[in-house]
Amino acid sequence: MASSLRGDTADRLRLNENLLATSGQWFKNARLAAAERVESQGLPQRRDEYWGYTQPDAFLQKKIDFDVDLNSPLELFSNELSEVINYKNGILQEKKLPAIPGCSVESLSDAATLDNHWAGTVFGKLEAVGQIPVQRSLAALNTATASQGLLILVTGKVKKPIRINAVCEGSSDIIIHHIIKVERGANVTLIETGQYGARANVVLEVEVEEDATFNHIRLQNGYEHNALTHIFGRIGTNSSFKSFTLTSGGRLTRNECILDLVGDSSRVSVAGACIGDEKFHHDDTVFVTHNAANCESRQVFKKVLRDGSVGVFQGKILVKAGAQKTDGYQISQSLLLDDNSQFLAKPELEIYADDVVCSHGSTSGAIDEEALFYLRSRGVPKAKAIDLLTLSFIAEAIQEVESPELADALLAHVTAVLEVR
Amino acid sequence: MLEIKNLHVQLEEEDKKILKGVNLSLDPGKVHAIMGPNGSGKSTLSYVLSGKKGYEVTSGSAHLEGNDLLVMDPEERAAAGLFLAFQYPVEIPGVGNMTFLRSAVNSQRKLRGEPEMTAGDFLKAVRDKAKHLKIDSDMLKRPVNVGFSGGEKKRNEILQMAMLEPKMCILDETDSGLDVDAMKLVAEGVNALRDKNRTFLVITHYQRLLDHIKPDIVHIMAAGRIIKSGGPELALEVENNGYAKLLEESS
Repeated sequence: MASSLRGDTADRLRLNENLLATSGQWFKNARLAAAERVESQGLPQRRDEYWGYTQPDAFLQKKIDFDVDLNSPLELFSNELSEVINYKNGILQEKKLPAIPGCSVESLSDAATLDNHWAGTVFGKLEAVGQIPVQRSLAALNTATASQGLLILVTGKVKKPIRINAVCEGSSDIIIHHIIKVERGANVTLIETGQYGARANVVLEVEVEEDATFNHIRLQNGYEHNALTHIFGRIGTNSSFKSFTLTSGGRLTRNECILDLVGDSSRVSVAGACIGDEKFHHDDTVFVTHNAANCESRQVFKKVLRDGSVGVFQGKILVKAGAQKTDGYQISQSLLLDDNSQFLAKPELEIYADDVVCSHGSTSGAIDEEALFYLRSRGVPKAKAIDLLTLSFIAEAIQEVESPELADALLAHVTAVLEVR
Repeated sequence: MLEIKNLHVQLEEEDKKILKGVNLSLDPGKVHAIMGPNGSGKSTLSYVLSGKKGYEVTSGSAHLEGNDLLVMDPEERAAAGLFLAFQYPVEIPGVGNMTFLRSAVNSQRKLRGEPEMTAGDFLKAVRDKAKHLKIDSDMLKRPVNVGFSGGEKKRNEILQMAMLEPKMCILDETDSGLDVDAMKLVAEGVNALRDKNRTFLVITHYQRLLDHIKPDIVHIMAAGRIIKSGGPELALEVENNGYAKLLEESS
């Protein structure tokens, strides 16, 4: 990382000083600490190993200068299926947030003016922990400057998924920071839909306490954007955390997920699938730390690439000393639909406990000719047969999704995406 | 129905000749069987007719109702009325059996310029045909062939055949991997589809399938050629004496 900040980043942090004047103490503390992290760490550069496969330039520029027309996103989840909260160009659109049994939902901008808030134990805290051993300064920059986001405190069993629908216009450059805390014994499903514009920097910090469950489904549907997302999760004893992301479109997307398993006997799954063409560049960077015993972690990623698009996977399982009986699994696979596309994978295991089961694999392949012939011999035209086999490839990752209804909706969505491309 | 003339085929990737002048003329409504030792070219014939990659036709022709099969894509051959029941049906995780079947039926209709089958009509037809093959609704919902037993896979092939209503059905070693009960069930499914306008070509190693699907004509294939044709008694001769004597006669 660079030792000194570029002028534009310093500008962004100074801008933040104006916002600090109206902030309550908890928020002010979090922001100042994050700003210090950015200053001391510097921002990522091309030569950084962690950015070896994806150039950070688009995320560093002070201004992003393209204005693109966005296609209309495919509607996936009907409003009846979820409790919807709308954002437009990074700004909350709801005058009044819905009252949802089993949880409280507040906006960050409202809570920011208070002197004390429960979110103070999470906001910027998990992100700070996630800076070690690998620095993630752009997430700290988000903490230091974000003024929009939701603070969701889950205290019971929330029946209907909460859906954040964030729609952006082409030229938008947004920063959003959400906090979710799932208290002991509680559970919730969070869905993120919408589409990003020119640039987005989104952070989600999730604290999952004991015996709690957090499920997350995310759809990234943009036409052209530079999206950088971070999920920071801290998972307590006997809990479950599952996150699934489907990306169909966009130009440059980097999704980082950093999970810290701090309680025994928990299960986490980070999974995703993407479908891209041409300038599509999709990076999944995952870091799972087993800090407790008897936990299971899974990373399952599938990338469908065509016409020169690039897929990246950097996944790590770190098993700390004492995290015995860890069951770690990691698979990343690409389906290359032509010779022009590429898949770059860096699977890593680092293990300091002696009684663990960890496995990882990574493959790149083309459409299975035998299966293609089978489908065509039944009268299915070649293009449609390739779509069906692509769906089949992605379906394995969708199996990671807990809810059968949401998994079915995702399969239907992939089918629709394949039909129109 | 199907006219194969002097068909010569070799592998695309290596200089290996597999079919060396196959002649076959199959009339509508008839069941033909092809028997022959391993490596005689039986399966290759079925693949070449249905359009699998990897084979090069060096000479000869194959016409289905006067249409040149060899210039068509596999899906066009299917739409023209050709069906191959695979020896090893392929598993396709994540794609529901029903979705696949409906896609196949309607794709063929579209290629032929016919209206697509409505969801209701399709469902009714599938349920009816599945019942006769003892295929339950769970099997219909499951991904194509995933977790199916050998018998279930072959029954699923016959269900596809029943739904697609082809004119020319090729069964490639459909009896392989089946126990007697499963074989009977599959044979019943095939017999139910016998029709004066439909022709079958049953490829098998053994006589036992032909006990259940009674052929009109039996051909013996060896070294890429049909070396003898005759009535059902020819299959019994193979069963009793093996191929050795027939091979001797032909050489």
